Amino acid sequence: MTLDSILASMFPDGHDVKNDSGVLLGSGTLRSGGRALVIGVADRAALGVDEAVKLSGYVLASLKSGSGPILVIVDSDSQRMSKRDELLGLNEFLAHLAKSLIHADIQGRPTIGLLYGHSAAGAFLATALATRMLVGLPGADPAVMDLPSMSKVTKLPIEVLEEKAKSTPVFAPGLQNLAQLGAVHVTWDDTVSLADQLEKLLRNMPDARDRRDALGHERGGRVKAADIAGRVRELALQTR
Amino acid sequence: MSIAELEKPSVEQARATSFYEASARARVRLLLDPGSFVEFIGPEKREVSPHLKLFDLPEQFDDGIIVGHGRLAGSPVFIAAQEGRFMGGAFGEVHGAKLVGLLRAAKELKSIPVLILFDTGGVRLQEANAGELAIAEIMRAVIEARTAGVKVIGLIGGRSGCYGGGGLIAGCCSALAVSEQGRIAVSGPEVIETNRGVEEFDSRDRALVWRTMGGKHRRLIGGADLFADDTVQAFREAALELLETTAGFGIDTLNAEQSRLEDRLQRFGACRDAVDIWVAEGVPDAGSVPALPADQFIELADKVRRIARDAR
Repeated sequence: MTLDSILASMFPDGHDVKNDSGVLLGSGTLRSGGRALVIGVADRAALGVDEAVKLSGYVLASLKSGSGPILVIVDSDSQRMSKRDELLGLNEFLAHLAKSLIHADIQGRPTIGLLYGHSAAGAFLATALATRMLVGLPGADPAVMDLPSMSKVTKLPIEVLEEKAKSTPVFAPGLQNLAQLGAVHVTWDDTVSLADQLEKLLRNMPDARDRRDALGHERGGRVKAADIAGRVRELALQTR
Repeated sequence: MSIAELEKPSVEQARATSFYEASARARVRLLLDPGSFVEFIGPEKREVSPHLKLFDLPEQFDDGIIVGHGRLAGSPVFIAAQEGRFMGGAFGEVHGAKLVGLLRAAKELKSIPVLILFDTGGVRLQEANAGELAIAEIMRAVIEARTAGVKVIGLIGGRSGCYGGGGLIAGCCSALAVSEQGRIAVSGPEVIETNRGVEEFDSRDRALVWRTMGGKHRRLIGGADLFADDTVQAFREAALELLETTAGFGIDTLNAEQSRLEDRLQRFGACRDAVDIWVAEGVPDAGSVPALPADQFIELADKVRRIARDAR
């Protein structure tokens, strides 16, 4: 789906989301009558220091007076790979954006990520993966690392990697793989109203606890994560 | 004499040991009070990565990270240390889950701080999706722990630096100490060069790497709170100081950080090199910064920029 058709289907009662060179800022009217804050990255733009600070500033400003959920709509590149961004401390800017979203979520502004295109690496961590619920739309193609780059680092031919990817969702790109690991909670149907699906999600919003490792275990994508985290937690709780 | 006392490493030993050269286990042993470290799911449990054999790669019994508890100057701490010599300290499923579990317990207990000794290239490619997700869970767990009042201190001075998602986790910590060797960045030098060309970033130009991503630059722009000399003892002292001085976390922290980062962009956004930033920051004889010994650099940095401890 295109960004315009997504926004139109999600907010039939109107929205004021603006796309400024790939940086999305605005809000939309919910079916329930309330409003949702909308931020995001569009047009497969890279997320650098300039973009990240605009997004975090918009989220923080809305915490002063606003209410309602926060939607994070994503079709991004990876983080902007440049000397300037690293010189200025890109890790702090991306972490700050993630922190702002996580803080908002914990403090009663539930966050929902909507992945409709690409995303990767640091940009993915600072946006979609920093939300409570991550929704995928058909056609989304997240990639922590693309197979050609993996091929270069692992020195394995792409065909060999593609073959290996059939037996495990753990490394290859794709929405289905990330869903199996517990990163993407639900995939929406793009042939029916997104507003209805959003309303249903908001009505059944789980509490803010991070259950992605348990979800990954249930779906068979991550066999050890939930068990290891749970055992370390138990042992650590005995510390006095 | 007890075994703990027989094994008692002296302060002299911690002073004589390079943090950069030491293994993760040696760092933990020398950083904490002698004999106080207790590991959770240690190598004897053989909880290896379930994914490396698919690539015919050797496993390590601790999957490249040590987590546990111990004491620092008598007070309890949780500690996690990455081993940069195994798979570049990269985050995989098991590696990441150990840190997630530690942080979740810290959040529930509220009173025991967490030290994270970063040494990582970022996500482990052979299990990239699981590693990326583990990093997302760690970031969330750090913020939840901090919201519950827990101090999470990052110490950065290892061979693999603190790259990729490791840099984002570091950015979520309450405070950071870094040595000159402790590079902090998202994209590594080779990644930038591969994607943007050698004109954008020459990864073989080591001086460029150090001054763009290294500990001195991070300290001077406020990306790290303290600069430590490259010894385990210096990092121990830095951790103690940061535990003492670090503020809490909330909306005021985030608003202060927003201002701090906006201010940085405004002041240095047009600078083309770290030296230009240092000049703009008022560092006298900025060109000589890379060659300054640690003690002289710390003196200079303290004069130039006081770090706001409530803006991270």
